[in-house]
Amino acid sequence: MELPLDFATLRVIWWGLLGVLLIAFTLTDGFDLGVGALLPFVAKTDKERRMVINTVGATWEGNQVWFILGGGAIFAAWPFVYAVSFSGFYLAMFLVLSALILRPVAFKYRSKRPSAGWRSMWDWALFVGGFVPALVFGVAVGNVLIGAPFRLNSELRAFYDGTLLGLFTPFSLLCGLLSVTMLVLHGATWLGLKAERGPVQKRAFAIGTVAGLLGLVLFAVGGLWVAFGDLGFRIVGTVDPNGFSNPLRTTVEAAGGAWMDNYTRYPWMMIAPALGFLGTAAALLGLWRRSEPLGFLGSSLGAVGIISTVGLSMFPFILPSSIDPSSSLTVWNASSSHLTLFIMLLVTIIFLPLVLLYTAWVYRVLWGRSTTAALSTNPDLY
Amino acid sequence: MIDLAVVDLSRLQFALTALYHFLFVPLTLGLSFMLVIMESIYVMTRRPIWRTITRFWGTLFGINFVLGVATGLTMEFQFGMNWSYYSHYVGDIFGAPLAIEGLMAFFLEATFVGLMFFGWDKLKPHAHLFVTFLVALGTNLSALWILIANGWMQNPVGADFNPDTMRMEVTDFMAVLFNPVAQAKFVHTVSAGYVIASVFVLGVSAWYLLKGRHIGFAKRSMTVAAAFGLASSLSVVVLGDESGYALTDNQKMKLAAIEAMWETEPAPAGLTAVGLPNMTDHKTHYEIKIPYVLGLISTRSLTGQVEGILPLVAVAETRIESGVQAYDALERIKANPEDPAARGDFEAHRNDLGYGLMLRRFVEDPRDATPEQIRDAAWATVPNVPVMFWTFRFMAGIGFLMIGLFATAFILCTLRKHDTRWFLRLAVLAIPLPWIAAELGWIVAEVGRQPWAVEGVLPTFLGASSLTVPQLWGTIIGFTVLYGTLAVIEVGLILRTISKGPFSSPDLASEPGAPASETEPATA
Repeated sequence: MELPLDFATLRVIWWGLLGVLLIAFTLTDGFDLGVGALLPFVAKTDKERRMVINTVGATWEGNQVWFILGGGAIFAAWPFVYAVSFSGFYLAMFLVLSALILRPVAFKYRSKRPSAGWRSMWDWALFVGGFVPALVFGVAVGNVLIGAPFRLNSELRAFYDGTLLGLFTPFSLLCGLLSVTMLVLHGATWLGLKAERGPVQKRAFAIGTVAGLLGLVLFAVGGLWVAFGDLGFRIVGTVDPNGFSNPLRTTVEAAGGAWMDNYTRYPWMMIAPALGFLGTAAALLGLWRRSEPLGFLGSSLGAVGIISTVGLSMFPFILPSSIDPSSSLTVWNASSSHLTLFIMLLVTIIFLPLVLLYTAWVYRVLWGRSTTAALSTNPDLY
Repeated sequence: MIDLAVVDLSRLQFALTALYHFLFVPLTLGLSFMLVIMESIYVMTRRPIWRTITRFWGTLFGINFVLGVATGLTMEFQFGMNWSYYSHYVGDIFGAPLAIEGLMAFFLEATFVGLMFFGWDKLKPHAHLFVTFLVALGTNLSALWILIANGWMQNPVGADFNPDTMRMEVTDFMAVLFNPVAQAKFVHTVSAGYVIASVFVLGVSAWYLLKGRHIGFAKRSMTVAAAFGLASSLSVVVLGDESGYALTDNQKMKLAAIEAMWETEPAPAGLTAVGLPNMTDHKTHYEIKIPYVLGLISTRSLTGQVEGILPLVAVAETRIESGVQAYDALERIKANPEDPAARGDFEAHRNDLGYGLMLRRFVEDPRDATPEQIRDAAWATVPNVPVMFWTFRFMAGIGFLMIGLFATAFILCTLRKHDTRWFLRLAVLAIPLPWIAAELGWIVAEVGRQPWAVEGVLPTFLGASSLTVPQLWGTIIGFTVLYGTLAVIEVGLILRTISKGPFSSPDLASEPGAPASETEPATA
């Protein structure tokens, strides 16, 4: 059967959709994670904490689906990436899963019992469920930029040399901290929109300001590291963008500074890092001027810029290998078949707009600030 | 060679996390639709008691739902973590339903479940009912997609091996979608979920009636559970038989193992009701047979044959020999992708490649296999017969008990004899039974699929990731501790909520129009 889109185009579309999913996850579940990480520090009394939890209480569950869908979509469109990354980062994935499993339970169970010890336990579970995934996701992205320690044998089975602690290098920790600051800032600006005005917001804005400033520094240092450090990979010779998904048929070499190649070739890509800086700066301005929409918009655009920067710098690489560069996974050699990519695109075109539509409707119905006063009148609240 | 200790531990972890996940999911599937029924009655009659009923069971639904979601995260990522070669090998087909499940089902249920709990005062009754319905639809659609994925593992249609990418690739997506095994499994599984929810509501209501608490609330809840449960328990058994019917084409070995049928019998075969299957002498001792029944059920005819284990092993042996040819051709294609002779040989034997791979458990290179090893590999295609035989019988036995339970409940409710005490005690005691049946059902389906990850395509032991034994012990212990703690907390909260009763929230107790007997204070 002749499909209306060629294989190479579909691969680029699915690379873009992977970015869209990551960004959607960061923009929605990102503030849930940020609010969780902020919870013990911005809210002191039980009422304040309940008020903060209820800013995300009704919607975190839907937001989290972006994470689950991310997993499913990588499986369907980039099975090599799904298989190699999740098994290669095995214990790190376990850490993230455990933290994320605590989170839903903490939301739901925290306010079911009045005891202070019970509630404090779940508050810290929410903190862990926000902070740990934020950190580990960043560390994982750092390791993707460095290259993961895997190689493929002739039947395309993956083997690994790494350890859990080996993932925490200075560069990957920098990425981890950047990710934490990005989500904490996003959480703080969300509290700007949804929490009642008062001491909680003040504390959130103070912490958010520190996170935003730190984020700008970390993003800049990370950029210099990528430009002048020993990071980067390059494809040797030519590849057929329509070729079979078989990583072993590409030759790759490690090349310091190669992650800057795309910016020379396509200068328009500089928009992404610029957005990373400008968006974060706008968020800081919003916090400082007490303009809540500007704060949230700024932190959203900043996150879009930072994530896009990683993706564009690496294109066409998705997961390079540090110990055997020619096992590296790229847009041209790690996708599903032509037919699967096409069918999944059709499904996405039908259902993604529908999801966005009803999600927007639910947010609209639930719109309005979370207040401590509502806690005594509305028994539905967490 | 593959590290078999890693394979066994990966299987153990998958079984533990899947069985645990499946403690919560069926209740979610069934209770969501029961909430729709209860809320519909509220919207039609506008009697506040039905709103109280909906909200109380909704609270219990919420406590259970959240653990289904949390443990579902593990399921979504475990394929990549522990079964990375499987994920590579079949991701082109298996990944699609998982992604569609997220897009079509998870978003629906997760986005609207928040509104269901928080939107009582923000939405008009009709709109709220619609939201509840969307949650129920979402949960049940998610079951559909995961069973389409699982159905493909049981009956891999619509896909072929591609030697250039070393994996299975989809050729006919519609065949994957409309896989008869997937359809049969879907209706059987969701019906089981409806039975579980009905038993839960029935049992808890019976407990209130025995204690003399919340009489009006409990009687109404019991009536809904009796009607919904009777329909569901009938459908779970009838559609379970449909599931067995599909096996005769696709999973003959599984059927033969369930029935401990070693030899092919003249049609129509008898059904062994009980007996002691023996894996070493390949006989079933002390068996009691019901003539004709198996042949009738599984072939729907008097002449159709049900094949026995021994002849199926012989078939496996020939397929393994052909699989060695496929493996050899594939090695030649790897060495030289342009070799037309190798391509030709591969085409001739491609359907048996999976059987050739089965030898890798016994020998590094299947081409070096001795006739002895080929025979061992052929016998390795037989799942554990006594386990299959007994788990199936306990599962089916509970299925029939459930029909009896709900038929009685339905009659008593119709006669308005809700307070028949011997039955109420029975209903409380019956609460764990359908959960046991559901877990046994998972074992019948998935242990019965062994030694294959994907029937005839990929042996389970080849699918595992190249992890180490300490890594696996680390996560098995980690999951056990985490899941164990959460289970204790969850059961504690459910019992606490039940004992506080439906009128514990001040806003519910003060609702106007509730009959006097309904506003009693919660004591226990």
